[in-house]
Amino acid sequence: MSGSDFTFEIDGVEITARSGQTIMEAADEAGVYIPRLCDHEGLRHQGSCRVCTVKAGGRSVAACTQPAAPGLKVENETPHITKLRRDLVEMLFHEGNHLCPICEASGNCELQAMAYRLDMTGPTRFPYLEPSRGVDASHPDIALDTNRCISCGRCIRASQDVDHKGVFGYVGRGIHRRLAVNGSDLAHTDAAITDDAISKDVCPVGCIIRKGVGFTTPIGEREFDKGLIGHEIEGKRDE
Amino acid sequence: MAQSRLIEISPVTRVEGHGKVTIHLNEKNEVDEARLHIVEFRGFERFIRGRLLWEVPVIVQRLCGICPVSHHIAAAKAMDMICGVDQLPPTAEKMRRLMHYGQVMQSHVLHFFHLAAPDLLFGFGAPAEKRNIFEVLKEQPELGRRAILMRKFGQEIIEATAGKKIHGTGAIPGGINRNLPIETRDRFLAQIDDMLEWSQEALALAKNYTVENAELVDAFASFPSNYMSIVREEDGALDLYHGAFRALKPNGEAIFDRLDYSKYYDVLIEDVRSWSYMKFPFIREMGPDTGWYRVGPLARMNTASFIDTPLANAARDELMAVTQGRPNNSILANHWARMIEVVHCVETIRDLLHDPDLQGTDLKATGERREEGIGVIEAPRGNLIHHYKVDENDQVTYCNLIVSTTHNNEGMNRAVKDVAVKHLSGHVDITEGMLNHIEVAVRAYDPCLSCATHALGQMPLQVELFDAENRLVASRSQSA
Repeated sequence: MSGSDFTFEIDGVEITARSGQTIMEAADEAGVYIPRLCDHEGLRHQGSCRVCTVKAGGRSVAACTQPAAPGLKVENETPHITKLRRDLVEMLFHEGNHLCPICEASGNCELQAMAYRLDMTGPTRFPYLEPSRGVDASHPDIALDTNRCISCGRCIRASQDVDHKGVFGYVGRGIHRRLAVNGSDLAHTDAAITDDAISKDVCPVGCIIRKGVGFTTPIGEREFDKGLIGHEIEGKRDE
Repeated sequence: MAQSRLIEISPVTRVEGHGKVTIHLNEKNEVDEARLHIVEFRGFERFIRGRLLWEVPVIVQRLCGICPVSHHIAAAKAMDMICGVDQLPPTAEKMRRLMHYGQVMQSHVLHFFHLAAPDLLFGFGAPAEKRNIFEVLKEQPELGRRAILMRKFGQEIIEATAGKKIHGTGAIPGGINRNLPIETRDRFLAQIDDMLEWSQEALALAKNYTVENAELVDAFASFPSNYMSIVREEDGALDLYHGAFRALKPNGEAIFDRLDYSKYYDVLIEDVRSWSYMKFPFIREMGPDTGWYRVGPLARMNTASFIDTPLANAARDELMAVTQGRPNNSILANHWARMIEVVHCVETIRDLLHDPDLQGTDLKATGERREEGIGVIEAPRGNLIHHYKVDENDQVTYCNLIVSTTHNNEGMNRAVKDVAVKHLSGHVDITEGMLNHIEVAVRAYDPCLSCATHALGQMPLQVELFDAENRLVASRSQSA
């Protein structure tokens, strides 16, 4: 612990943080997992999905953007917060067409994995919006099925900040806001299979599809066949 | 006052999916017309359009929870063609074969023991509460236990090759996504002798039933027809995974032989009738009246020149000897044929397990893209055709599926009428036992109605009688 380091608490566990770190960054380093969907390592924090909502000092805040502070008491995995997160994830399922049994992202999908972690047994409380959005398969190497998009904005930030391209962006407002590409279709953008925005870890669901991959990873060897989402971060505590 | 009546059996039970039978009786209580209606509509051929080719084998297998592997593999074979792959790496083809033979084995065991055995053990007219698998288990616990373990073996073969017992992902366009680890192989080999012994006992049961009840079997819904399947291209042997078309006339003469299945539409055409969601395929050059044909285990015994595993081949010789080598038309002999295939599956699985190619690491081939692909296999219930067209963006633009139950549509309808005429005509009171005779005839085809209309579950059998003005005059129901 250096001079500028300080401590705070998550669910009663003392966490050491450096000055300028967010609650989530400090928690990750300490091996405490805070669920998240729009946040991704290497991309700037956005705080839009609210799945990382924690109670800090009695207020609900996004752990990915809220700076840690000395002596702060944070509630993370309480029944109340878990329910709130589950509600958010359920609404994401209802907003899109998330047909896990036939989706090639199944087993590698963070939304599906989050639903398992949060014990979401059946998304039945809200009406399905059942959007009908065409699949954009115009690009020779990439396809886009925005029926599965959760508007996390990870591809937008990766394309802008890492690839310096701006292939992806939002159109529309409010409930009508959705992902779009900077062109008439994907084939008319400068998207490339080598882009960071297209890499397999950036899209958390099966929206950005790398053609030809399909179901090449056998069941049992997919990312979340190995454990619940967050198990790698939580594994650090045992090291 | 005499009146014409309509009898409806809805749904038909102990089959896969939903269907109903209607029987029209005239004023003299004679059967005027009898039809098997398929009342479910699934629509896979339409909603697969627009999906990417790599997704197809996983999406279309959701047609069915009983033999999804058949659709999975047929679609994968069609996608192989679209991806320009004419020859899979040996590991890929053998893993797919292992998956398929495991699937056929478990499906046949399910049909014979769980669905048909109550009829065969207790009689077609036995009370409904007697005609179920639980009564079989009560009366013959060891037989029931073996049936369950044999099915489990087949299901575990599927899990080892596809990742899951139901709706896995093993077959991918151009290959397979896994090989078989040595330890998994050894686990199966440790059980194979039991499986071989039990499958031969099941075969003996089916054969003895057919032989001991020859009079019933010969008379029950038996009529001549054409038969069709794929057979191995080189020598006409039974091959459930790959081959070329062979169709035979009732006398055994070939209608076409070793025909490239990718030209199926040159020889087959589908008729549509207003009262059923299921189409009626027939051989184009012969027309709908004489060109209809049957598929399935018995059809395969009739069309194949021989079986390339010794125990099953000897058993087929015995079956074919009953009709002096000519096609066998007794639908109840389907059970015998089905159990011959179970023995064949176990022998083939054993041989595959001893093949080191299953541990190979070359899993996928690539080729030059094509626009159209056709995959044909012999599924448990018979021939299965998957036909797709894919555009330059890799999206499906066309899909046509001809499943085994569709091939057998005309045959099942004729069987229903045959049994109705023999068992219902002239009777004022229609009993539950009489109605089960009709279901037995349909069940012998092991129809998968959900696949055929591109359903599920168990519902009560309902019979309704209508007068000449179509007014409901009586109804009765029986539970499954």
